[in-house]
Amino acid sequence: MSERQVEIEVLRYNPETGQEPHFQRYSVKCREEWVVLDALNHIKETIDPTLSYRWSCHMAVCGSCGMMVNGEPKLACKSFLRDYPGLIRVEPLRHFPVERDLVTVIDDFVAKLARVKPYLIPKGAPEAATGEYQQTPAQLKRYKQFTLCINCMLCYAACPEYGLIPKYIGPAAITLGHRWNEDSRDGGRAQRQEELAATEGVWECSFVGACSDVCPEHVDPAAAIQQVKIKSTIDWYTEHLMPWLNK
Amino acid sequence: MAEQVGRRPHVRPITSEWIFRHPRYLKYMVREFSCLFIGAWTLMLVCALGRLSEGPEAWARFLEGLKSPLIVAFHVVALAFAVYHSYTWFQLTPKALPLQVGEKFLPDGVISGAHFAAWAVLSAAILYFSGVL
Repeated sequence: MSERQVEIEVLRYNPETGQEPHFQRYSVKCREEWVVLDALNHIKETIDPTLSYRWSCHMAVCGSCGMMVNGEPKLACKSFLRDYPGLIRVEPLRHFPVERDLVTVIDDFVAKLARVKPYLIPKGAPEAATGEYQQTPAQLKRYKQFTLCINCMLCYAACPEYGLIPKYIGPAAITLGHRWNEDSRDGGRAQRQEELAATEGVWECSFVGACSDVCPEHVDPAAAIQQVKIKSTIDWYTEHLMPWLNK
Repeated sequence: MAEQVGRRPHVRPITSEWIFRHPRYLKYMVREFSCLFIGAWTLMLVCALGRLSEGPEAWARFLEGLKSPLIVAFHVVALAFAVYHSYTWFQLTPKALPLQVGEKFLPDGVISGAHFAAWAVLSAAILYFSGVL
């Protein structure tokens, strides 16, 4: 197994000292097959135990280790060192307050996620014979892509609209609201529209498309947002121009 | 028991450097910037209608004014921006208008291709009825 000396700069912030965030450089011998998270773990275990960051699964499932790697939002567990030949600069996710080092404050996202009611609001009673809510493969296919979101918040770090307008509900929350709206078993769309179709919902999005570019699970939040825009526009037209359709 | 440490989250300032952080942001800003030229061209169209309503002489003077090198250059730039905006917009249509047939979605190229085809047909129709083709 080949090894190489890797130069890593990490943005450090310690709320107890009052010092402004600053970069600290570490020079570590790394295996070529390591990811950035392995390098951070190596630093914490052998050089600097005060380094703080979140991680859990190490397999791009939990969504905990999102951070900026050379300016791009990435999962540290999915960013291979071999893809970064020079200096690697690691920072906390953009657009979120920094709690300490690479740990961000995610309260804003969690609150917004709750607002879109990302859970099943049943349309009716389950099938009498089975007691189950049944669904065809085609109905599943309609929304399945959007179920793959792991709440890693890379899309929020990539979205300039969220950075400039923090009230914006943002890509992942809208996508997860849309995921349930598109589910044939769900009847909660009218409730979710209060948040999704608001100015702070889909209409803050100007279709930069960065959310979909950086999504580690290829969920395509930009697609979900545009689909909500179209459906909300149709809602408006039917309500104001063809009110007899709503009777 | 560990000493309680007060929280003091640091908020990093947002500056306009994000535009240059990745080519995708610059491309987006060019797409947004293109509306200024398209808007200016639309204003010129409104002026043209005004001159047309004033009679043949005013219309002839307006057409003569269009031959100025500055106005020609403006039209070339506005056309380039309009084509860029239209191209990038139609490229995005598969995201907004996915079509599901059975258990599969139509390929992106079919959705954007249909838009490009409609764009070409309508442009050709306008050029035909205006006597250019």
